[in-house]
Amino acid sequence: MELRDAYFVDGVRTWFGKARPDGFYYTTRADDLVVKVMRELFRRNPKAPFEQADDNIWGATCQEGDQGTTMGRTTVLTSGLPVRVAGVTLDRMCAGGMTAQALGAAEIMANAADIVIAGGVEHMAHHPMGATADPNPRIVTEKMVEPKYFSMGVTAERLHDWMVENGYPEVTKKEADEYALRVTQRYFKGLDEGYYDDQAVRMAVFTSNGWKIADRDEQARRGATIEGLRTLKTPFKPAGKVTAGNSSGLNDGASVSLIMSGEKCKELGIKPKMRLIGFAFEGVDPSIMGWGPVPATEKVLKRYGMKFDDLDYIELNEAFAVQAVGFMKYFGMQFPEDPRLNPRGGTIAIGHPLATSGVRLSIQLAKDFELNPGAKYGLTTMCVGLGQGGSILWENMVGKDL
Amino acid sequence: MAKYVTECKLNYYESKKVGKIAIVTMDNGEDHRKPNTWGTEALESLGKVLDIVEKDPEVKGWLMVGKPYIFNVGADIMSIDPNISRDEALEIGRSGHSVFKRIMELKIPTVAAINGAAMGGGVEVALYHDFRTISKSPGGCDHFALPECFIGLVPGWGGTQLVPRIAGPEVAINLILKNPLNQNRMSKSIQVFQWGLADRLFDPVEFVDDSLTFLEGIISGEEMVEKKKADPKMSEDLYNDAKAFVTGKVHGGAIAPYKALELIKGASDWSLEEGFEQESQALAEMITSKQCLASMYSFDLAQRRAKKLPGRPEDIQSARIGKIGIIGAGLMASQMALLYAQRYLVPVLMKDIKQEFIDKGLGYIREQLAKQAKKGRMSEGDATWMGNELIKGSVTYDGFEDCDFVIEAVFEEMGIKQKVFGELEEACKPECLFLTNTSSLDVSEMAKNLKDPSRVVGFHFFNPIAVMPLIEIIKADKTSDVALATAFDMAKKLKKTPVLVKNASGFLVNRLLLALMDGMFSCLNEGADFMQADNAIVDLGFPMSPFTLAGLVGPQIALHVQETLNKAWPDRFPVYEGLKNLVAKKKTSILTFTETGIDVDPEIVAGWPRGDKAFTDQEIKDRVSERLALEIDFMLKEGVVASPKDVDTGMIMGAGWPFFMGGITMYLDQMGYSEKIAGKKFHGPNPLAE
Repeated sequence: MELRDAYFVDGVRTWFGKARPDGFYYTTRADDLVVKVMRELFRRNPKAPFEQADDNIWGATCQEGDQGTTMGRTTVLTSGLPVRVAGVTLDRMCAGGMTAQALGAAEIMANAADIVIAGGVEHMAHHPMGATADPNPRIVTEKMVEPKYFSMGVTAERLHDWMVENGYPEVTKKEADEYALRVTQRYFKGLDEGYYDDQAVRMAVFTSNGWKIADRDEQARRGATIEGLRTLKTPFKPAGKVTAGNSSGLNDGASVSLIMSGEKCKELGIKPKMRLIGFAFEGVDPSIMGWGPVPATEKVLKRYGMKFDDLDYIELNEAFAVQAVGFMKYFGMQFPEDPRLNPRGGTIAIGHPLATSGVRLSIQLAKDFELNPGAKYGLTTMCVGLGQGGSILWENMVGKDL
Repeated sequence: MAKYVTECKLNYYESKKVGKIAIVTMDNGEDHRKPNTWGTEALESLGKVLDIVEKDPEVKGWLMVGKPYIFNVGADIMSIDPNISRDEALEIGRSGHSVFKRIMELKIPTVAAINGAAMGGGVEVALYHDFRTISKSPGGCDHFALPECFIGLVPGWGGTQLVPRIAGPEVAINLILKNPLNQNRMSKSIQVFQWGLADRLFDPVEFVDDSLTFLEGIISGEEMVEKKKADPKMSEDLYNDAKAFVTGKVHGGAIAPYKALELIKGASDWSLEEGFEQESQALAEMITSKQCLASMYSFDLAQRRAKKLPGRPEDIQSARIGKIGIIGAGLMASQMALLYAQRYLVPVLMKDIKQEFIDKGLGYIREQLAKQAKKGRMSEGDATWMGNELIKGSVTYDGFEDCDFVIEAVFEEMGIKQKVFGELEEACKPECLFLTNTSSLDVSEMAKNLKDPSRVVGFHFFNPIAVMPLIEIIKADKTSDVALATAFDMAKKLKKTPVLVKNASGFLVNRLLLALMDGMFSCLNEGADFMQADNAIVDLGFPMSPFTLAGLVGPQIALHVQETLNKAWPDRFPVYEGLKNLVAKKKTSILTFTETGIDVDPEIVAGWPRGDKAFTDQEIKDRVSERLALEIDFMLKEGVVASPKDVDTGMIMGAGWPFFMGGITMYLDQMGYSEKIAGKKFHGPNPLAE
């Protein structure tokens, strides 16, 4: 059987809120965030026959409460799609949304679907990381993972050391702070230039202080300085390197994308933004989970016969600055800034509602391509708790015919 | 009662498109079960929000919205002091007008986003906005009403003046008069939109977002709203029709709807200022009126008190119901089987003495179920299942052994009922409860031959069972707490209102209906004109004249109940010769259609022994009212019911006696009848608080 091509037609996200009682979305349900972005996707793509969608695939790390009951299915009903549209929720922690896209593309490639809605959501205020988790005690008793590495911040501290121990270039705290500062500055530059305007949808939310409009990434703060970043505490290790300033935050939000087959796009005269070339997931030791993007990227490049230098843009989800800097150094990118990597900001500025972020990366990559039609290829990549990396290769379709 | 103050919360949204927008949220900080209301503090908080917005030239638009599921359900009438002075009452109306008018006077576009339930002052505040959006039903605005006339008031914060100006007088009549007087009907958003009271109908899912986008469009000029200019002028025909409608409902008894009609009519002649002042005056008059107090009292009985199941034994678990037995398969029994099956979704077994009775009963049930399926209220599959599998019939007691309760609806004769219970005692498990639907027989007597009489309780439905909301629960001498608790919980499960009544002739409702009849018949005996007497009672506000009622239940039944009561209290319930005579003549009704309209059948008049005393209408009204006061006083002293509130709950729910009379005891208190007859009022100074 011949594989078919899968395309990213469009994507949109909510603005990301702070996962706190005073955050935008504290009194808003996670599945309502999902419905909001789904309906916005419908509105933006009037040519796409959503009633013919084959699957509604959602990644969510926690699948309880307002993220439970097979949210991929319930949001078919609550978003107004016809009952015939199927739905599923899956979990690969932070790469949940990315995996939703990969599965959606695979369904299309395997001729199991033509139209797939793929997204990720996480309401970290309603579902604090690991709050109701019950990991098998064997993991600890048989020393598979030291319990301290269930904390992501501790794995980031470990990554600093592990790289040196294993002969990789050192990532210093200074470099991590420098990266964090620059990625935040690039975010605000992008924001001011309107880069984000059509990537996120505003949402009216009912809060204890009345209705408000969630219309910005709530945690992003202007005016950070390198001096300020240097003085922050290192909560995961005394005299360590990982601070709140060079890490992503705890956030609420949802992102969604529309993935379609080439045949269906052609039939309907829809111009997709990107082609999904291929994807790969690869595991690493849980204690250095932030390293995941490196082997995942190596793997995806190898499997699809490409070289790192073929990539014009890389949207990397830097849960911690150390992993971005480590990634840059590993692949020989320029430090502290490489125009190919997170050109208009990243997770440290925007926020990281776990399973949401992978899809956010693809939305930004599509925008990067749109602004630079000459660019050919791009990568979205991210790390995953308990030691995984995920990478998707994309081809720019701006200005190209199918 | 804890007080939940609704606050108007101001947030700004910096719209990239049109600039600063004020978003005003009405919220009392509770969930939808404690809806937003208007009170002094809430109005003040709106005033403060307006102080800020009025002074800010940057603000380009105003959006007012409620909390999830609730817009605002209006003034918290229960918090109004029943002994309020006229001046204070006047201030209530004026305070609402003056603050709401400031919304109208804002120089910026204003949108009321009616996201959920809106009633009374909640509807009215929306009317002061330039535009209204409303959230689709179901799930959005499912309840939209100006219910004031239902509780003896008039809309007093602009409703009577603004609705005719926005949507015309006919809509105003529907919303302000017809719906409240039709069992306080509520409208859904689609109706509100079709009436022209809302400019946009949006889905609930993104309602506030969509309303905000609409407002932005209004500000930017991209959104065009076709406003058809409504003419508030009311035609003569419309006025007369509306008045006839009101009279048909309240027979001149209630004042408020007539007042409201005049206010709606006045809207075309008055300036808004004048109209508002007229409204304030009318509202003040109504708030301080006896009828309003009585209405609020009734409202409280129906909405709050009855739901607490007064009289249910506390901390007693009721029996688990897994199978139901019914003795009899006649009309009443079949209606019961249908209701029980639908509410409990457990097997229901009907027993009668002949298969043809069973077949007839099941036929009726299946017919009813098919009708419901046709109306889309249940699937055809469920209707078939319920009619063929869930409800079964039998001519033996096979299958009664595992029933959890059995209710009998056999002929009203003590011997038969005792025999049935005796047989059931053999057929049923020991914990099975026995209910009787008797309307007049002594329940203790019915139970006395049983080994365990504590399992028997009276459970008196009113006909038609599906419609009438009252259940009289009759506690016999030995009725157990479990039987009683089960009866209460059963009433609730059937979505009926129970009233606990002691085992005494006629129980509650029939005894008072007969007392009313007795008062009137005594006038006839002395020489009062038949139609005059019948009309005088309707004029008091009762929903149905005694003659109409007697025709409806059948004179023979009326006579039967009269005889039953006569046995218990011969001095207060004489059996009327006139009634006996007309039953003997096999008359089925007292009133008849003549060339000139409805009149009393002349044969009946001829057969009624009468004196020659002439009565004024007032004398008839006095006689009937005093007779009722006397009987209620006896009932309370005998402990037939625990409280005058039970009397009123029973009469409102079981006989449709009017809210504005407070059932009956409030009226008797207010008019001085109770003091005259019983020596004191039935209620204390604040009947609502008790």
